[in-house]
Amino acid sequence: MPGPLQYAVWFLCTLLEAFVVVCAIKRSAFRRYLFLNIYMSAEVLASMVRFEILHKYGFQSLTYAYFYYYSDALLTILLFLTLSSLYSDVFSELNAERYVQMGSVVLLAGTALFSFAVVQQSFTTVQPSGKIFFHFVLETSQNLYFVGLVLTYILWAAVLKLRETRARLIQLVLSLGVYFSLYAANYALRNLYPSVEAIFVVLNPLIGCFLPFAWAYAFWKLPEEARLAPAQLAVTSR
Amino acid sequence: MTAAFILVCSVGFLLMFFVSYCRSLLATSSTVALTQEVREVAGIANGISPDDFHRVLQLLQLCPDRPEERGRVRTVSAYYGFLGLVRSTLAVAVPSLKSWADRERAQCGYFAAVALGRRIAFSRDLLAQQMLP
Repeated sequence: MPGPLQYAVWFLCTLLEAFVVVCAIKRSAFRRYLFLNIYMSAEVLASMVRFEILHKYGFQSLTYAYFYYYSDALLTILLFLTLSSLYSDVFSELNAERYVQMGSVVLLAGTALFSFAVVQQSFTTVQPSGKIFFHFVLETSQNLYFVGLVLTYILWAAVLKLRETRARLIQLVLSLGVYFSLYAANYALRNLYPSVEAIFVVLNPLIGCFLPFAWAYAFWKLPEEARLAPAQLAVTSR
Repeated sequence: MTAAFILVCSVGFLLMFFVSYCRSLLATSSTVALTQEVREVAGIANGISPDDFHRVLQLLQLCPDRPEERGRVRTVSAYYGFLGLVRSTLAVAVPSLKSWADRERAQCGYFAAVALGRRIAFSRDLLAQQMLP
């Protein structure tokens, strides 16, 4: 069972996620960043259902494990769609939204196929389809995080190249980049050092708090009209 | 092998995104002009130096806390610490990094001075509210 500290982090994270949606509504940015807000709302909903299942069936129950990982996979897909909507926003002046949408669907399908191939290869004996599907969901979710990281990097390069100046959009992209990198590094460390996996598992919810915190700040503090010179932000020694 | 590759890539990306994110925080305060009073209180009347950050931060901690900027101040403090690390390690081999790190550290100091100005104004407002009958 999670301890008081884990419950506190979980509660804080859910509050921050709800706060992002409230800030977006208050700043009239809900529709402009629709997928982002749908993702945050889905996170809040998933947290509440997870909490209910945890109390009803317990932490060690299969119901909780299945719900946790399946909802996590769905949330990852939603996060991926959020990222593609940020792409659409950045490329909107080039009228390239259609290509971006097509590209994200192809990439999503490609990642799913790759994950399925990896899972199928790892099972040498015949296994129940439910077990294979569960591993497929896990694998897809983890691979999508790395794909998301690479895509965020490309998006950041596009922001710099296209001289995007919208401060809020820039902060949304950068915080997504920090979040994806932290998550991917944590995942890699868990695989490299399985003996101390418990430490990295504890870090997961803390990493999860960063994204809603940074997004809430971007909505609350930065007006849509705020502008930044992106050349100031690139990591280069002038 | 795959995990090690992901780790190396993600740490590289993390550093890049973290630096850019912190610079975007600093950029939002770089356009705010400091009042003469803040300059005098912070002891930066002749401009801000790379080592001023900690001193201004100490002054900042003497003022009543504004919860909405606590997270940003912590993030910039972490960035300042990171820059100090870069200055004392990598900059020994790459001298151009030293001047870059110093410019960034001075920007962190400026950010702290802007936050100090806001807190002084906030304290004044609090005091004025308490003085009201």
